Amino acid sequence: MKLTLKIWRQENSNTKGRFETYNVDKVEGDMSFLEMLDVLNDGLVREGKEPVEFDHDCREGICGTCSLQINGEPHGPGNRVTTCQLHMRSFKDGDTIVIEPFRARAFPIVKDLIVDRSAFDRIQQAGGFISVNTSGNTIDANSTPIEKEKADMSFDAATCIGCGACVAACKNASAMLFTSAKVSQFALLPQGEVEASERVMHMVDQMDKEGFGNCTNTGACEIECPKGISLENIARMNREYLSASVAG
Amino acid sequence: MGGIIKSSIARKVAMALSGLFLVVFLAQHFTINITSVISPDTFNEWSHFMGTNILVQGVLQPILIFGVIFHFVMGFILEIQNRKARGDVGYSLFKGSANSSWFSRNMLISGIVILLFLGLHFYDFWIPEITTKYIEGDMSGMHNGEFRYYEETVEKFANDPYRTGLYVLAFVFLIFHLLHGFSSAFQSVGFNNKYSKALKTFTKAFAIVIPLGFAFIAIFHYVSHL
Repeated sequence: MKLTLKIWRQENSNTKGRFETYNVDKVEGDMSFLEMLDVLNDGLVREGKEPVEFDHDCREGICGTCSLQINGEPHGPGNRVTTCQLHMRSFKDGDTIVIEPFRARAFPIVKDLIVDRSAFDRIQQAGGFISVNTSGNTIDANSTPIEKEKADMSFDAATCIGCGACVAACKNASAMLFTSAKVSQFALLPQGEVEASERVMHMVDQMDKEGFGNCTNTGACEIECPKGISLENIARMNREYLSASVAG
Repeated sequence: MGGIIKSSIARKVAMALSGLFLVVFLAQHFTINITSVISPDTFNEWSHFMGTNILVQGVLQPILIFGVIFHFVMGFILEIQNRKARGDVGYSLFKGSANSSWFSRNMLISGIVILLFLGLHFYDFWIPEITTKYIEGDMSGMHNGEFRYYEETVEKFANDPYRTGLYVLAFVFLIFHLLHGFSSAFQSVGFNNKYSKALKTFTKAFAIVIPLGFAFIAIFHYVSHL
């Protein structure tokens, strides 16, 4: 199929960006969206032009590196899919596709479609861990009994790959779904209860410092999340934060 | 406490609690207003009680006014912060309809319409009421030997299709605002569990029935005086 691509090009975070239009053909329906961009870049390089920069790594939908706002949706059309697992059969011959970077003040543009998502790393570093001495006397995790329901909920929260689609989809560029998933995956387990109050306070404080917006419960994040992280996590984080605040 | 109110979660909880308080007020306001259709005498008695009771006037009314102002001011502050959070360059294409309801994305629009309506509503009822009671000092609630509340309410809508129309329009936007806001408030305070589905059904029913009820009252008084 032949496609017209309107792609955001920007040299770095200090320069102004603009859309540029490209035509690609010989796009197969079985190609992933990133493979289609590879075809575009191959052509650009052959013409001696600067290729379009975009993030990618595993291309299996599990690393959270790929991003892109495709036709107004993070990771493009369809639910529970990352850009690397989005296939070109989702588009029709002759389509025009608008490709932009995830846009948030907390995600400054590095180049073209690549944004700096290290704000997520700093939120994680603020409390997304448990303090366990791993110097040889670590207790096997399976020796601690955990209710099946809670273990499942914790696992579901832990499937968050930190891609930033929640921030990109939210009209307020809020990072509540990401932060709440990282809070919940520990808060639901006995190993995480010890530091639960400090964790939620520190992670929410860091989230606010990074300049993300306020959650208004539109639910867009849950729909666009490639891993289907539930809004229940945000409610849980709100409860955890309120009880931690009251407890001082 | 200062630390809590500065956080994003505290702000959304504050919005939720003030919103839930206003929802309770709406239910109470509707309960009294619907009596103007059923029994003018009851409407007069209840209005006089609400207008002269010390607890209602001295405690609940100031709390209500604070709640309304707080909800609007905080709403505007959040909107400004949220717009800043997107960054200097917004999306050229943002397909919000793919993942969220129009009502949830446009609380600002429905909120502004309701704010404008409150201006009209205060001009129609609250300011004359305060003037009569606290400036002119007439706490009797009487006019020509009869309670004045029912007549004062009815005369606003009788023979005035424009005012009736504006009220009905505002109530439509109140539906929009409540369709998202009422259920959203529970999520904000951390209530999301097996009862949430039933609660959402209730909040949506409330969001439609109560504003339509208010609209019915305005239309009833207009039509009954044609």
